[in-house]
Amino acid sequence: MIQPVLQLKNLSVSFDTPNGEIEAVRDVSLSLNKGEILAVVGESGCGKTVMSQSVLKLLPKTSRIKQGRIIVDGNDITDYKEKQMRKLRGSVLSMVFQDPMTTLNPTIPIGKQITESIIKHNKISKELARKRALEMLDLVGIDNPLHMFSLQPHFFSGGMRQRCVLAIALTANPKVLFTDEATTALDVTVQAKILDLLLDIRNKTGISIVFISHDLGVVARIADRVAVMYAGKIVEIGTVEEIFYDPRHPYVWGLMSALPYLTKEEGNLTCIPGMPPVMLDPPPGDAFAVRNEFALAIDYEKMPPMFQISPTHSAATWLLDERAPNITSPLSLKRMAVS
Amino acid sequence: MNPDDILSVCDLKQHFYINKDLTIKAVNGVTFQVNWGEVFGIVGETGSGKSTVARTIMGIHPATGGEVYFKGNKISEKKIYKQNKKDIYKNMQIIFQDSAAALNPRMTVEQIITEPLKVNRIIKDKNELQEKLESLLLEVGLDNTYIRKYPAEISGGQRQRVAIARCLSTSPDLIIADEPIASLDVSIQAQIITLFQRLQRERGFSFLLIAHDLSIIKFICDKVAVMLHGRLMEIATTKELFENPLHPYTQSLLSAIPVPDPIFERNKKIMPFDVKRAKTNGEMVEVSLGHYVLK
Repeated sequence: MIQPVLQLKNLSVSFDTPNGEIEAVRDVSLSLNKGEILAVVGESGCGKTVMSQSVLKLLPKTSRIKQGRIIVDGNDITDYKEKQMRKLRGSVLSMVFQDPMTTLNPTIPIGKQITESIIKHNKISKELARKRALEMLDLVGIDNPLHMFSLQPHFFSGGMRQRCVLAIALTANPKVLFTDEATTALDVTVQAKILDLLLDIRNKTGISIVFISHDLGVVARIADRVAVMYAGKIVEIGTVEEIFYDPRHPYVWGLMSALPYLTKEEGNLTCIPGMPPVMLDPPPGDAFAVRNEFALAIDYEKMPPMFQISPTHSAATWLLDERAPNITSPLSLKRMAVS
Repeated sequence: MNPDDILSVCDLKQHFYINKDLTIKAVNGVTFQVNWGEVFGIVGETGSGKSTVARTIMGIHPATGGEVYFKGNKISEKKIYKQNKKDIYKNMQIIFQDSAAALNPRMTVEQIITEPLKVNRIIKDKNELQEKLESLLLEVGLDNTYIRKYPAEISGGQRQRVAIARCLSTSPDLIIADEPIASLDVSIQAQIITLFQRLQRERGFSFLLIAHDLSIIKFICDKVAVMLHGRLMEIATTKELFENPLHPYTQSLLSAIPVPDPIFERNKKIMPFDVKRAKTNGEMVEVSLGHYVLK
């Protein structure tokens, strides 16, 4: 059996606030294989960023891992201290954030920022590091890297900056790359190029990517598997085809029908009523029940377990229980967008 | 000048002088008309000058060149703007992207929504004001519990609703919305779009929507203009533009829209277009009725 590069087992992360404890991530389990792209989708505040940052241990001191294990490449890193984490960050786990301008130092030339991370991770000479940095710039598709090497970030456009950040993230050949809304701030044409670049890098280096996004269109292009999160829990996980063509959770139905693209031209957009819950005092049952038109009585009382639909596909909704009434998806989703 | 137009923009230019070597031509000759009751969309990438167009029309920046006509009055001229200022203040309203920055953090929802009514002396009676406030809140899908809240206490989607209620309070004829949904969540975006659609149908105001998301433009607009480097590349009715895009930039933009369909996405080809080498001098040519392309 192939060992997954990243495994989360029943991970729960909480924040201590003056108003009480906020459960940002609740009982999340997932595994990521080598060379796989897993997309994590959800609204803001659903815990997708907290989940990824808890793996890299980038969260503030007010947070704590309440339970669960984080296993990276066979090693349990749940209790790693800062010193040990430093060795992992960049070389095994790496992250790209939404806004490249806040990631990069505006006063230091791009080339120097890339060589810096190369020298930190490998004990090589400056000359070699420079050569490697130029290779990296070439890998992320920057034309004329020699010229760009000595320029500060403000000379670059948003897409180019994001490419540079990607170059830095990839210098030490990490095994898992987290991209947190990495393409959200970019224009559609640039976004498409960055997505293709990520796919290309995956094919070349065999890196695994956890792609965090709220844009289902982008996810459809890049992901192999998709996990949908709501209120800190994974409500549905499966291959990209299973999630897009055969979703089972009412929240995923709602998300899909809220997209203008899937709606008939003259029709109205269907929207999910209400607001995402505040996680200060999560409801005992399914957190989505109050916004769910298909909610059953049990949804308000008991948390639904994960129901296995196929070996790769599972969803947490009581609708899949054998005692539940037979409700089918309100969407005719199969190949709907192509006309 | 067509009497059907509520807003007519003629060769509008907005140049920002940085220093003697650098002048940024944010808007460089833009011409379009918005009819009464029409939903007009402007799309473009970041830095194409679409927000500057909105701000220049509103008079936030005085135009460097060109003319803006609102209901036939040339409001780009200071004197005429001052003469018509009552009408402009009441009948032209703007909604910004970041509702947190657009609402005064020290005012309650009640104060925010009633302020334009008081300033423009539309309603003076206190009870009437209260009634109007409640009906406005209801119209944008909020209830009375929000009246005493401050912007910081409510979520992004609700704040945007408050901003919409404020802009509706004077019953304007033209609403300019600058990326009103870009900073919201998918499910909340859908709520706000539906709200706009409903309000526009009920009230029949003209609507200038600025966005970078083509799928939303497709959904709500009657007419679309595509903008790049301060120029319009193509203007057409929404149906025409999506079915028969003529400018290579429009074609590239349309092909790059992410579609939530994995099989389609994997097989699709994105048309390349080098934005840097785009031709920005040239004339708008009418190819077919109402379909203009920069040539």
